[in-house]
Amino acid sequence: KSSKSPKSPGPGKAGDAPNRRPGHVRGARVASPPERRARLASPGPSSSSEAREELRRRLLGLIERGGVVIFSKSYCPHSTRVKELFSSLGAECYVLELDQVDDGAKIQEVLLEITNQKTVPNIFVNKVHVGGCDQTFQAYQSGLLQKLLHEDSAYDYDLIVIGGGSGGLSCAKEAAILGKKVMVLDFVVPSPQGTSWGLGGTCVNVGCVPKKLMHQAALLGQALHDSRKFGWEYNQQVTHNWETMTKAIQNHIRSLNFGYGLSLREKAVAYVNSYGEFVEHHKIKATNKKGQETYYTAAQFVIATGERPRYLGIQGDKEYCITSDDLFSLPYCPGKTLVVGASYVALECAGFLAGFGLDVTVMVRSILLRGFDQEMAEKVGSYMEQHGVRFLWKFIPVMVQQLEKGSPGKLKVLAKSTEGTETIEEVYNTVLLAIGRDSCTRKIGLEKIGVKINEKSGKIPVNDVEQTSVPYVYAVGDILEGKPELTPVAIQSGKLLARRLFGASLEKIYHTLFWPLEWTVAGRENNTCYAKIICNKFDHDRVIGFHILGPNAGEVTQGFAAAMKCGLTKQLLDDTIGIHPTCGEVFTTLEITKSSGLDITQKGC
Amino acid sequence: MDDRAGQWDYDLLVIGGGSGGLACAKEAAQLGRKVAVVDYVEPSPRGTRWGLGGTCVNVGCIPKKLMHQAALLGGLIRDAPHYGWEVAQPVPHDWRKMAEAVQNHVKSLNWGHRVQLHDRKVKYFNVKAGFVDEHTVRGVAKGGKEILLSADHIVIATGGRPRYPAHIEGALEYGITSDDIFWLKESPGKTLVVGASYVALECAGFLTGIGLDTTVMMRSIPLRGFDQQMSSLVTEHMASHGTRFLRGCTPSQVRRLPDGQLQVTWEDHTTGKEGTGTFNTVLWAVGRVPDTRSLNLEKAGVDTSPSTQKILVDSREATSVPHIYAIGDVVEGRPELTPTAVMAGRLLAQRLFGGSSDLMDYDKVPTTVFTPLEYGCVGLSEEEAVARHGQERVEVYHAHYKPLEFTVPGRDASQCYVKMVCLREPPQLVLGLHFLGPNAGEVTQGFALGIKCGASYVQVMQTVGIHPTCSEEVVKLRISKRSGLDPTVTGCG
Repeated sequence: KSSKSPKSPGPGKAGDAPNRRPGHVRGARVASPPERRARLASPGPSSSSEAREELRRRLLGLIERGGVVIFSKSYCPHSTRVKELFSSLGAECYVLELDQVDDGAKIQEVLLEITNQKTVPNIFVNKVHVGGCDQTFQAYQSGLLQKLLHEDSAYDYDLIVIGGGSGGLSCAKEAAILGKKVMVLDFVVPSPQGTSWGLGGTCVNVGCVPKKLMHQAALLGQALHDSRKFGWEYNQQVTHNWETMTKAIQNHIRSLNFGYGLSLREKAVAYVNSYGEFVEHHKIKATNKKGQETYYTAAQFVIATGERPRYLGIQGDKEYCITSDDLFSLPYCPGKTLVVGASYVALECAGFLAGFGLDVTVMVRSILLRGFDQEMAEKVGSYMEQHGVRFLWKFIPVMVQQLEKGSPGKLKVLAKSTEGTETIEEVYNTVLLAIGRDSCTRKIGLEKIGVKINEKSGKIPVNDVEQTSVPYVYAVGDILEGKPELTPVAIQSGKLLARRLFGASLEKIYHTLFWPLEWTVAGRENNTCYAKIICNKFDHDRVIGFHILGPNAGEVTQGFAAAMKCGLTKQLLDDTIGIHPTCGEVFTTLEITKSSGLDITQKGC
Repeated sequence: MDDRAGQWDYDLLVIGGGSGGLACAKEAAQLGRKVAVVDYVEPSPRGTRWGLGGTCVNVGCIPKKLMHQAALLGGLIRDAPHYGWEVAQPVPHDWRKMAEAVQNHVKSLNWGHRVQLHDRKVKYFNVKAGFVDEHTVRGVAKGGKEILLSADHIVIATGGRPRYPAHIEGALEYGITSDDIFWLKESPGKTLVVGASYVALECAGFLTGIGLDTTVMMRSIPLRGFDQQMSSLVTEHMASHGTRFLRGCTPSQVRRLPDGQLQVTWEDHTTGKEGTGTFNTVLWAVGRVPDTRSLNLEKAGVDTSPSTQKILVDSREATSVPHIYAIGDVVEGRPELTPTAVMAGRLLAQRLFGGSSDLMDYDKVPTTVFTPLEYGCVGLSEEEAVARHGQERVEVYHAHYKPLEFTVPGRDASQCYVKMVCLREPPQLVLGLHFLGPNAGEVTQGFALGIKCGASYVQVMQTVGIHPTCSEEVVKLRISKRSGLDPTVTGCG
């Protein structure tokens, strides 16, 4: 949420200026950014011309934001006079003390290029360069300054956010809390199967929330199975009703949609259910369901349009296949299902569908869970295989044909081997594509205002304050290039990263199999759940990877992630007392290194 | 110096085959020493007895959590129809079936411990031990056969047993304790649980959860020593899920009625009146006493606390006799938890025989109370933090949240709550974490490490959440108690 704050390089020093972030100065008359010797541009780009370009972009971003911007030095008496003047006029100022940031001298050089003025104070009011101290007082005496100050709302909004998902909404609400006039444009283009949904984006409607609820439903199937062993008595064959579940989940989602709408209203964020598209600088066209067009302008924009599932581009895919956009609100049970893909979306969906007792096949082109630790990925796959999911390895579909209409109908899928000429043909009720997601960045007029995207991936490159190539346009969420999507923290700490950073030989890996206590009585399989940590031998056995395969993995991992942030080492793990009896405690008693090759099956407690 | 030095039967003799004793024995054997373990379970007043492994395995953590799981499954069965599973309600519960499954698992663990000792060449004697002198122990087997065992080092790890309120008429004759409940062949039926310890609340929780009429009688506050706000949320949740509470009451008499039911008479200290009720079972959970009576500690010269009878040790776990040590629940001032005993036992063996000097660190020990709504905690309670640092120097961040899984079946989440107790001064060092909700143990374990690493509030806030989980609520704690803002979490992100 502090997406517009320059990064600060280190811990603060006593006696520095007040703790305030420069992006959030409304409500304070004079704010001195930042609290310590920060720099406006990160030391990131290597060449000096790149760095200069980056700094220029930041400065323009600051100025373009409007309001009063003062480049000052904390000891300069002229600067003080100007600050006092604006203060007496009741104007809020964004003040950057050039003697208190590391790149102050460079900023002054860039300011010289932009304004032809090298001295401080250097003052902008609503994007107009007023000049130095004397010019400002002249403008004040002539009344021009007051006039300039009141030209505040040249735009309809301070900020327009395109996309009402997790990233866009939190950004909009935060800006509104800081006193900005904010609009959110959100429009769900129906899927090829005609599915659409309400406010809240992927996570709430067609992602994490319904996914975890269906996962929970599948776990309950297992719990019911377990419960007889724990003394609960019922004899009837338990069956699963897809419609009952889907209706309950959709009801919950609708309440969340409503909640999001309400929270926007409470924070006075304007919400428009229209498709946003840039038409010129600072101006956007909003098209609603009926095709009516409205134009809005804003000083700044945030692009948060997210991603949508990808299609194969083969015969029959858009006509007959569904994606995760459709599955969670499917009005009928999908029946025998082919899941195409090996992403976590594919495996999660296949997992819960099989948990409901459906016949599920997963077609995998190459490997499972690319980017995750591959040993863990294989174990996930073999667990699923043992629990009734069929895998078709190294095949890709080439054609989908409808044999019968219905709810569900019958589809014939023709697939070919990725390694030879072999083809297979099989009939399914439902084909679910989960082969990846594409950024929604190509049809929102970015080319009209010059926001650069990666032509290949459609992702938007941003700097470390989420600024695009156009200074007043920012981007957040899944559409960012080279930033992790909001997938499990595991991805940040996986083996691949560790390998890249340190090389395999520097790692020490501890691991164990374990048997959750809850599984014992239920007679569920032993030596399936697996825990593994990866340590860097040459950095005090610092833990650089954390992996767990077992129940409640999310609940277990969260705390360890916080500990890794604090520099977790193997020694500290060993020194920590386990909580007994839990699954999480296995990490406090890891003794066997992988290289030792010792038996890791568990006996006793 | 004893003139028998170097001629002992064993390098190490461990008295007590529970978690701590076994860990210590196995570690010493691993380091190449000659080790023996003596273990003997004195039957409970009701005649219950069990195998090797101590309290945790037989009459503690393991059967407790399994019965808790049985109760949780009852809740899940009620959730299931909302998620589309067609199960006719209500579903009855069969105690015998559960108890048998739980007991079978425990017996398999008993056997596993025997095998492990055998594999590591630790000699095991099923005898009752008492000191003869400071290097010698006499063991008496069930049949009365005696054996003398001498050792260079001796570790006392005999643990504790439930306390009976012997002054209450009928308590010993008619009541049971946690030593018996897990081994009952038949359902305890309508049960009165006396006490407010975590043992009391956990037992009452799972008994209610499997459908039994359950009442908890407590004299004063629940979960003494735990954070009191969390404790009252725990009992509030239990009360809203059918457990009855008799607060401010103490039993005065238990009688058996002609029909076999137990009539309990109690004093209600708030009204000053006397109350009575009939129950099938009365379970005492009023504390535990160290199991030191038959050890003849005075023969070895081992000092105990006059008030608690627990053994006094230093930071190296050594008693008043330098080569006799004590670990686990039998020791004065130690947390009564399996993992602390295990770690203390292992570290002790490493110091004795492995050249190590690492001491056991009893600070920031995490734990979880497996009440129906689980309570996980590590570090200081809010009261303790305020007592140590002062109200003005403590900042408490908190949130009421709703687990996603609760939404579809419409479960009440009023008591799902998390709070983090921090120092107020930046970077706001975390002093304690308290979590009330499903899977609290799993949630707490990792954060315990973070707190051990000296986590600050700022660092916890910099950790990316795992969505959608309950534990992510911890890294999203933004509202301080001091602000007075509503800490109810609404929606994601």
